[in-house]
Amino acid sequence: MDINEIIKPENLVFKRTELMTDKTLSYCPGCGHGTAHHLIMEVVEELGIQADTIGVAPVGCSVLAYEFMDIDMTQAAHGRAPAVATGIKRLWPDKYVFTYQGDGDLAAIGTAETIHACNRGENIIIFFVNNGIYGMTGGQMAPTTLEGMRSSTSPYGRDLASMGHPIKMTELIAQLPGTVYVTRQAVHKAANVRKTKKAIHKAFEVAKEKKGLAFVEIVSNCNSGWKMTPVDSNIWMEENMFPFYPLGDIKVDGKIVKDLMSDLM
Amino acid sequence: MAKMRGAIVVDIERCKGCGVCVVNCPTDTIGLSKEVNGKGYHYSYMEYPENCTGCTNCAIVCPDGVITVYRLKVE
Ligand SMILES: Cc1ncc(C[n+]2csc(CCOP(=O)(O)OP(=O)(O)O)c2C)c(N)n1
Ligand code: SF4
Ligand code: SF4
Repeated sequence: MDINEIIKPENLVFKRTELMTDKTLSYCPGCGHGTAHHLIMEVVEELGIQADTIGVAPVGCSVLAYEFMDIDMTQAAHGRAPAVATGIKRLWPDKYVFTYQGDGDLAAIGTAETIHACNRGENIIIFFVNNGIYGMTGGQMAPTTLEGMRSSTSPYGRDLASMGHPIKMTELIAQLPGTVYVTRQAVHKAANVRKTKKAIHKAFEVAKEKKGLAFVEIVSNCNSGWKMTPVDSNIWMEENMFPFYPLGDIKVDGKIVKDLMSDLM
Repeated sequence: MAKMRGAIVVDIERCKGCGVCVVNCPTDTIGLSKEVNGKGYHYSYMEYPENCTGCTNCAIVCPDGVITVYRLKVE
């Protein structure tokens, strides 16, 4: 069969969402940030809320997210996205407001803003892309860096005695009464992408109900920072990140749905 | 028996040759080309086009959103 008999408008089953601009993404080849951007915009497109959604970009590799997502966006000082989103949401309670943050942004310099926005139960969505490292600045250790994981500031691997423990922000904020939906997903495989998209849909549903905060962690690769090829970094992520940051829902409809005690160990 | 035939179209100049689509293709359709695009990346293409079922796996994982997918039922 000739390929041109298949490549016809009536046979189209997938094309890039129109809510991503035509700009070439500034991310490294194979970086999960790109997949995460596309998914959020696909959901906004499917819900038909392009004109009613406001995003807050962080400091980090995704600092330019506003160049790529074709919605109203602003960009916050490092770690302050949840505070900026709080202000926007309180001024425009009927808009959908989300932050998009890396782990250096959300779990280091922005820890206070993250925890208090979650605890206040702001009716916003937080998208948390956790690649266990400061990607933008050259792969320094982050609070989320795994035990033994090499980074430019832990070249012999993270040593717990001198550098402390990696932090599970998602399990922590799930315990706050202000969060309604808390989940951890990934975007490196098609099956994960489909699950993450459902999770993003659910997060926007929660935002619509205005009952509190929805928090979607996406465990991702930073193949440049980890110094691996994109494909190898995704295998490394499955073998090393997922055991410590297990995927799945943590809190649904305001109720914790997994055993946090065993998980916090 | 009805069978699904698919095809992908890669926006060659936007592809970064990361290979994530290649390992996500369940039918081993996709390969990375020997040639490079304008940015020097070995872009992805249908190495074995007859294998493609149009499942969309490659397109939904592509970080740069460069793959368009078509599918047709053939008797
Ligand atoms: C107030 C302030 N402190 C430090 C920096 C330097 N800085 C830029 S990005 C970054 C870390 C970003 O890491 P992460 O949030 O994990 O995002 P990624 O780049 O990995 O996606 C840091 C420390 C800054 N821009 N502003
Ligand atoms: S440095 Fe890491 S997080 Fe940043 S774009 Fe590259 S792979 Fe992605
Ligand atoms: S996943 Fe996308 S950017 Fe990466 S090689 Fe495939 S088509 Fe190119």
